[in-house]
Amino acid sequence: MFPLAEKDKSIARLLFSTGTCPRCIFRFCGVDFHAPYRLPYKDLLRELENFLKTEDDDLSLEAAKPPLKKIRLQDEETQIDDQSQNGGEMIAIVKDENVIPEKPYLNACNICLGILQEFCEKKFIKKVCQKVESSGYEFTNLVFSVSFPPQLSVREHAAWLLVKQEMGKQGLSLGRDDIVQLKEAYKWISHPLFSEELGVPVDGKSLFEVSVIFAHPETDEDCHFLSTSCPDCFKPAKNKQSVFTRMAVVKALDKIKDDDFRKKFPCPPNLPKAFCSAVEIQCAHGAVFVAGRYNKYSRNLPQTPWIIDGERKLESSVEELISSQLLTVFKAESFNFSSSGREDVDVRTLGNGRPFAVELVNPRRVQFTSQDIKELQQKINISSDKIQVRDLQLVTREAIGHMKEGEEEKTKTYSALVWTDKAIQKKDIEFLDDLKDLQINQKTPLRVLHRRPLAIRVRIIHTMETHYIDEHHFRLHLKTQAGTYIKEFVHGDFGRTKPNIGSLMNGTADILELDVESVDVDWPPALDN
Amino acid sequence: MAAEAGGASAAAPSLVDRYFTRWYKADVKGKPCEDHCILQHSNRICVITLAESHPLLQNGKTIKSINYQISANCSRLQNKVSGKFKRGAQFLTELAPLCRISCSDGEEYTVSSCVRGRLMEVNENILDKPSILQEKNLKMIFTVEFFKRNICREDRFPLLH
Repeated sequence: MFPLAEKDKSIARLLFSTGTCPRCIFRFCGVDFHAPYRLPYKDLLRELENFLKTEDDDLSLEAAKPPLKKIRLQDEETQIDDQSQNGGEMIAIVKDENVIPEKPYLNACNICLGILQEFCEKKFIKKVCQKVESSGYEFTNLVFSVSFPPQLSVREHAAWLLVKQEMGKQGLSLGRDDIVQLKEAYKWISHPLFSEELGVPVDGKSLFEVSVIFAHPETDEDCHFLSTSCPDCFKPAKNKQSVFTRMAVVKALDKIKDDDFRKKFPCPPNLPKAFCSAVEIQCAHGAVFVAGRYNKYSRNLPQTPWIIDGERKLESSVEELISSQLLTVFKAESFNFSSSGREDVDVRTLGNGRPFAVELVNPRRVQFTSQDIKELQQKINISSDKIQVRDLQLVTREAIGHMKEGEEEKTKTYSALVWTDKAIQKKDIEFLDDLKDLQINQKTPLRVLHRRPLAIRVRIIHTMETHYIDEHHFRLHLKTQAGTYIKEFVHGDFGRTKPNIGSLMNGTADILELDVESVDVDWPPALDN
Repeated sequence: MAAEAGGASAAAPSLVDRYFTRWYKADVKGKPCEDHCILQHSNRICVITLAESHPLLQNGKTIKSINYQISANCSRLQNKVSGKFKRGAQFLTELAPLCRISCSDGEEYTVSSCVRGRLMEVNENILDKPSILQEKNLKMIFTVEFFKRNICREDRFPLLH
């Protein structure tokens, strides 16, 4: 059923005569249900014409309107015959009411510039979907985002002023909210078409985004007057981008007075010389997160790649050994590795291992069963004996917060092989076992002073346990607060960590070996591996 | 780190051996035997220390006091650095005095920077207990971050032990 009523006729007629497309006319008449917009353009055109052509004098009035400019369709090559009876090509009214123009999109709508004409119809949507399918992404739903050229707001504003004035003549008022927004109408039409073509629902919360950006060559031209009326809305352009961004234009339109606007921009909006074009059709998948715990068995492996002046100092890294496999399987663009703290190159990580999380950016493959993940874990573990992973699982973005918490708040336990310069007996180290919650002050260790501020860190050594080996060696187990530098606690770092094992024993101590025995975080959840 | 059971002097390399390169500057400012040993870390931090041949480390020398006030306007104790880039550090040239040490026998010694760079920190422990300076592993006077291009290569001694 045609959604316009008698009361809408004058507005519809007015807009139609200026070169507005049927769907935009619906919007300005407040048609706020989806069905009418979804009908094919041809049908809408025909029905609108029928609706408008009621009396003969209306007909001749229409016929007498100045001819509209001819516009060549973007992808049609055939010339349009301009020898029409009305002295020009008009989609509007043809005397013979049964003639439906073969190429209905002859003129770009003066408000939507074609967005609600060809760019919301099946042919275009199909084209977008083809691109989506060829990009190779795995998805079960999608969110569709579309960006329009800024001058659409300007034209909308002009049309609104025009319609408002017309309604004023009839004693009616028209608020901005009575008009259906262009983007909304566009989505009403396009979403079902996308769902149909791709076989998945459109969901605002989806991680998979299909985005289309429209542009129009006359954007700057159409918006230019705003920069003189409201200069402070427009910041100088970065790079080569236009200063007329959508936000700036909307802001300026809010500010500019109606009279001022009408002086500078034609009301009704003039006919554009071209249609919009879709300059960018892209898809991207939001990041997915994989977490787990890793053990490190090598004393020769850095956490992150160790490269100085373009030269790699040590082969591989914990990060790469874990993430490169994930990158491949998830077919992601890049990764970000984070963990609950880290250890030095020469320190092993034993026990349950250290929690880590890998963010996979723009993955193409996202469907994994827990069996798939188990196999992926095995694959990583087979690939290297320097590291092993466990509890590998898909997690959400809050994983990163857990990492941070683990790093800054959770205790860790260590095992150190200590050397002493003085000869010692078993009884000489027993006192260390009795020290509980020993407070130490650590100045920033010299070995990291080049990249950290100089400061004093107060830390707690919660418990210690010693195992005598010989006159100059013993094993020290300790449980410490997060952020404690263990090596410096043992050798004292030139007295900059006080107290230290050496000072506690009134001598000199050094650390020969260090292992992380546990990282006391219960995240990610343990799986039966 | 090597894990060898060793004797009193570890067969395994010491802390200084592991992380630092020792550079020696002999007869600083022309004074005989006033040798300095600069411990240079690969990250450009240097620790200025007294070489074992320095008079202050010989038997019988007792340190009376250490003075960081090297001129009317400049006290090394006032050196305050802030942030990752250590803004506010005092600039040092090779000959810049770091502190003056007075001994019980009346002798006075000046410790010099020996490297061009910026002063990071001062050893304040030795103010309370000057004898620390003479203990085996805690001869540190200063920590300095040096400018990369100015390492005193030509003054290098062969490394001891």
